[in-house]
Amino acid sequence: MPFIPHTEDDVKTMLKAIGVNSTDDLFDEIPSNLRINDLNALDAGLNEMAMGRDMKERAARDGGLACFLGAGAYEHHIPAAVWQIASRGEFLTAYTPYQAEASQGTLQLLYEYQTMMANLMGLEVSNASLYDGASALAEAVLMAVRANTAAKEPRILIAGNLHPHYRQTIEALVRPQGILLETLPYNDKTGCLETQLPKIENGDIVAVAIAQPNFFGGIEEVDAITDWAHQHEALVIAVVNPIAMALLKEPGVWGQRGADIVCGEGQPLGIPLASGGPYFGFLCTKMDYVRQMPGRLIGRTVDQDGKPGFSLTLQAREQHIRRAKATSNICTNQGLAVTAATIYMSLLGASGLSDVAKASHANSKALCAALTAIPGIRLRFNSPYFHEFVIECPCTADALIQALLKKNVLAGLDLSVLSPKLDHCLLICVTETKTSDDIHTYVNEVQHALQHITTTVED
Amino acid sequence: MLIFEISAKGRRNHLQAPRHAPAANDIPAHLLRHKAPLFPEVSELQVVRHYTQLSRKNFSIDTQFYPLGSCTMKYNPRGVHQLASLEGFLQHHPLTPASHSQGYLQSAYELQQILSHITGLSAVSLTPMAGAQGEFAGVAMIRAYHLSRGDTARTEFLVPDAAHGTNPATAVMCGFRIKEIPTDKHGDVDLDALRAAVGPHTAGIMLTNPSTLGVFERRIGEIAKIIHAAGGLLYYDGANLNAILGKCRPGDMGFDVMHINLHKTFATPHGGGGPGSGPVAANDRLKPFLPTPIVGYDGKQYRWLTTKDCPQSIGRLSAFMGNAGIILRANIYARLLGREGLCRVSEYATLNANYLMARLQQAGFTLAFPDRRASHEFIITFKKEAKTLGVSAKDIAKRLLDYGVHAPTTYFPLLVPECFLIEPTETESKEELDNFINILITILKEAQESPDLVKQAPHNLPVRRLDDLKAAKELDLTWQEK
Repeated sequence: MPFIPHTEDDVKTMLKAIGVNSTDDLFDEIPSNLRINDLNALDAGLNEMAMGRDMKERAARDGGLACFLGAGAYEHHIPAAVWQIASRGEFLTAYTPYQAEASQGTLQLLYEYQTMMANLMGLEVSNASLYDGASALAEAVLMAVRANTAAKEPRILIAGNLHPHYRQTIEALVRPQGILLETLPYNDKTGCLETQLPKIENGDIVAVAIAQPNFFGGIEEVDAITDWAHQHEALVIAVVNPIAMALLKEPGVWGQRGADIVCGEGQPLGIPLASGGPYFGFLCTKMDYVRQMPGRLIGRTVDQDGKPGFSLTLQAREQHIRRAKATSNICTNQGLAVTAATIYMSLLGASGLSDVAKASHANSKALCAALTAIPGIRLRFNSPYFHEFVIECPCTADALIQALLKKNVLAGLDLSVLSPKLDHCLLICVTETKTSDDIHTYVNEVQHALQHITTTVED
Repeated sequence: MLIFEISAKGRRNHLQAPRHAPAANDIPAHLLRHKAPLFPEVSELQVVRHYTQLSRKNFSIDTQFYPLGSCTMKYNPRGVHQLASLEGFLQHHPLTPASHSQGYLQSAYELQQILSHITGLSAVSLTPMAGAQGEFAGVAMIRAYHLSRGDTARTEFLVPDAAHGTNPATAVMCGFRIKEIPTDKHGDVDLDALRAAVGPHTAGIMLTNPSTLGVFERRIGEIAKIIHAAGGLLYYDGANLNAILGKCRPGDMGFDVMHINLHKTFATPHGGGGPGSGPVAANDRLKPFLPTPIVGYDGKQYRWLTTKDCPQSIGRLSAFMGNAGIILRANIYARLLGREGLCRVSEYATLNANYLMARLQQAGFTLAFPDRRASHEFIITFKKEAKTLGVSAKDIAKRLLDYGVHAPTTYFPLLVPECFLIEPTETESKEELDNFINILITILKEAQESPDLVKQAPHNLPVRRLDDLKAAKELDLTWQEK
């Protein structure tokens, strides 16, 4: 029987020990009107060989594209050792480290993760992970509401150039608690937040959430926004790309006092694209707010012999202890993805990570320069950017995407669905994984496609 | 030794980083980072050895019996992991057009169908990323349902006192007040208390069945009637679905919405604390409120349904579509087992639990509910031992670690003092169960003859009992350079 080790003799002996005649008798407390006898509408089982053929065929249908699409999930090189080690059974098949003495491996790894992540963000504390970047922002918003006791109303200002899926996620996750979400507008020419910040009174706003880089890839003037928020007693929530933080100013030193809560998508740190998950959300903060943090926290302590060791700490914030009064309902998080990210950060080191960021930046500059040299294509926003940029095409973005898909190139994201102002706009990402040949191919295919599209239109 | 303590300045892994990384001269200096983060500088071998050695300090299903109650620590098939890790799946960007995503979409759609059939509910959304987010989805859907009818008075959620902590925490996140319902002495919901609690403010109830007490709630039909008659809806916490797979269905019990823990019932790895996955299933009444995206199929092509297709949806719970890789694994697991294998899961999980329970009772252990049939898990209490020998459930749990067995869930549910919640799962052999019984008998003997041996446990692990008080009082959450 698949994955069930019992022999017929075992079953007989066990039923006898229980004092029943059949396994069916073990379900005698279920009212008979609720019993079903089979799942016959489902297919019969397959063996590993048949399943292997089937899944390989499916995987082949989805793979093989050269990826120039980012928009919140980024293709980076993942060193071989990352998943070789993360997939060890002792990491893969353990659970939440409730029994600390039997979980020192996971606990120490998470402590090392907390150290690296807090350092990358320039803050004092990191938790041990949340589900993903978007839900991490929702938790950051709820955390800010608990932390900022000076605010009169639970009102949050959200950058208008935040990833639209992040905005939709926080709407779904925090609205039931009566939290008010308002938008901080962005400038149509730069794609960045307006430098003229709105007039607000002290205590009007709990927090301001800004993205660095923003959804269009643009780099924000974070110092000015941070200081403006702090002057009005609002907290600053930074939503950042962790790879970009190896190159751009870390949130802990934004403005005079630094961002208060930093969150984002951890996927770029060694996690494959994999149709959208599992990824992991990260969340960092200042020590002042640690008790308002959701999720697991690992602390270093000593055992009864004075030997250093690690355990879950400040558990009185969590649902299994505080129930209705917990900081969040989160229980299972994304431990394995964090295991991979910790190994990734250790292998790359600070200089390796910085090189990944610089190479991605240089490659995106190269593609952008080549594309905007094509007549009819222009750069949509004129701000500095990290590894994503928006071009305006002479045709619809979708026409270009479809044309390049035929050449096995995933060209980017069609932004026209977001706003009529972004008609004909394509969001493109280039990371360190792309060679100059890849960039050439992309440019050539765009030129061919445009010629074809123009000819078709003229016909 | 921490990874930072084996670091040496200037050590690098050049093969892992890009070759050409020119300075970003076009970005204004005031927007750039000036101080490198404190990361270790270590060789590839040092990284591999360090984390391999750390892994060996973990108990896991692959290395140990892991009867952690309510967590369904069953074998995670290697073949499933391998096939979900095929290059084509790993490379696939979540926003790839549907034309180039049919392999994944088909797999997700099939799982929606399988879960719908198993639960007896008409529609499924796979997007919640863990059990607790599935709970959030379900309770938020109930909230949206009441509001869509202009019924704004329903501000209370009922939660049994035996419930998982995530249940009350979830209802609060959805903006509800909690009313706790007591349990009677047989482990069932106290119906009189339930009748007294319901009213025009009742939005719904969150129930696990079999409950966290390891017994089937026999009067579930009556509970459903009471809640529905009061205008409330029923939420099913699918944590214990492993116990009833192919035997009965939450939809038939009267539940309106539920979540399923793929990392429990569908054998996806727990990963040291996740990722999990908590798909949510609903009946026709709540189907319009399911979170998006959902996979649709028109007979030719699979595609994502968004809020455009589902205007009453509670919306999006993640940046993309939940823990896609876990969904893929659950699909593979379910189709490997097929209709017969899935029915066997609950049979053998229940057989193993009842066998363990019977043998432990014969050996002198105290059952919390001796007159009840065990579901896929059951509770023993060390109340007597704590009183007479001064040995607590925690002491016995730690001593189990010395014998190479992961401890069951301890001190949960909160209703039973000094308890173990034991869930062996169907993938453990009779020999493994017999070994566990013998170990527990040995520990009980030790507790009688030399209680200090048990009270001081563990003795054979990388560390002994940790000072949790110090950990919380002198917070040390990150390593600092000396």
